[in-house]
Amino acid sequence: MISAPPRSTGVSVASYGSAGYARCLGGIVWREALRFIHQRARFLAALVRPLVWLFIFAAGFRSVLGVSIIPPYETYVLYEVYIAPGLIAMIQLFNGMQSSLSMVYDRETGNMRTLLMSPFPRWFLLASKLIGGVAVSLLQVYAFLAIAWFWEIEPPLIGYLTVLPALVLSGFMLGSLGLLMSSVIKQLENFAGVMNFIIFPMFFASSALYPLWRMKESSLLLYKICLYNPFTYTTELIRFALYGQMNWTAFAVVMGCTIVFFALAVLAYNPSRGVISRRPGAS
Amino acid sequence: MKQQAPTAALDVAAVCHNYGDRKALDDVSLSVERGEFCALLGLNGAGKSTLFSLITRLFSSATGSIEILGYDVRRDPGEALRRIGVVFQSRTVDGDLTVMQNMSYHAALHGISSRAGKTLAMEALERVSLADKAHAKVRELSGGQVRRAEIARALIHRPKLLLLDEPTVGLDVGSRRDITEQVRRLVQNDDLGVLWATHIMEEIDSADKVVILHKGRVLASGTAKTIVEKSNAANLTAAFTQMTGGAGSDNNGDRSQ
Repeated sequence: MISAPPRSTGVSVASYGSAGYARCLGGIVWREALRFIHQRARFLAALVRPLVWLFIFAAGFRSVLGVSIIPPYETYVLYEVYIAPGLIAMIQLFNGMQSSLSMVYDRETGNMRTLLMSPFPRWFLLASKLIGGVAVSLLQVYAFLAIAWFWEIEPPLIGYLTVLPALVLSGFMLGSLGLLMSSVIKQLENFAGVMNFIIFPMFFASSALYPLWRMKESSLLLYKICLYNPFTYTTELIRFALYGQMNWTAFAVVMGCTIVFFALAVLAYNPSRGVISRRPGAS
Repeated sequence: MKQQAPTAALDVAAVCHNYGDRKALDDVSLSVERGEFCALLGLNGAGKSTLFSLITRLFSSATGSIEILGYDVRRDPGEALRRIGVVFQSRTVDGDLTVMQNMSYHAALHGISSRAGKTLAMEALERVSLADKAHAKVRELSGGQVRRAEIARALIHRPKLLLLDEPTVGLDVGSRRDITEQVRRLVQNDDLGVLWATHIMEEIDSADKVVILHKGRVLASGTAKTIVEKSNAANLTAAFTQMTGGAGSDNNGDRSQ
């Protein structure tokens, strides 16, 4: 039943040089994309969620909430226009958390172990997985922007290009956060708690739905919470980039958070220091 | 750090590991030579999966050393991991993808180009008689076929050490026999070192090397025959029960009498 052994057992065709790294990255991103294609429901959910906010929530608040002229906008804007960048960031937040959900799920079914069995350095494997997740989130965001265009969300054409690097960075930050959490979530069930205690507070206590000056008017405490919420800066980075402008404060915060979250995630997955070695359930 | 003359395929020396206060492995030592089939026998919770996690560097042990053909998994993880193929206890192939897509993904994880990966994948699938299922979705395969696909995947980068963590659990008698026989042939033909974790006695031959692991400690090591002789037991099941002082296996079949 088994044929002859390979002709040269001593020679390996595997490459562990730079070409090997590129192939490894390519393989991981390709698998993320394949999984995404196979999960059409996930794509639909990712698209419907922000559209519901845009079509229903924003429509209702349109007449109640006026948004005065604040950068990067040069005129009064409709409420829909104001919350669009926040909804884009929400797409990425959900995607990052869903990647983390799949990490927890993967680890339980063993797929995570397959990934970590690769001879390439662990930080590289985790970064590759993140890049795959970011690529998927980009597809979701651009699909949303395409539909939103018909809803009077019409940023300048150049904005669709300038927002890309901002999306990559914010996707990386939110993915790193998800990755970090996937290493500390003990059981799959706990993810519902993550939704309630991470996703919703992050989204609501930020500049995604209301400008910060409005927050300040109603509650100074809430305003301060929003100021310390990295999601505020993710939203602002995307908002400015969508109109071809740069918000350096937002960039610095998002970049800093990305570095910290990713470093902590790599540490958490470190074989000797990480949290996974302290739990029998990890295997 | 290339080693001159690789000795054992796997050399585990004085390894301990704790989960908090609980000792999961206590001073465990064992070795698997190239071309050797070694059964790691233990009840559930004996520490088999923890040992596998340490060998595959999911996490590291605080003490002791683990070497794969002379490469220390802690000091030289990349070199060690590229020489290991693993079949995990739980299913680790993606059911939504085809067998070939799963194989290609694994090849990429080892830096193998997609063209070379396809050739190697077909070669590995042929060796486990699964080439005709290359383009079938994994979820369409039977339990035994999935296991064979996982073995093929573990072989794709031509490892020198194959680790199998209770690979026949949940399979019917026919599939279980097929898989045991196929792996034994790999040991003979490819000079592959195999560490086979199990609690099913009938998968072990009298000439096989056996390491009995119980509550994190190695109770006995040697061929099944010598273990049976030393303990004056009728067969391996009896010897195992005698040593562990508990119910032996949930399977009474025994080839080592």
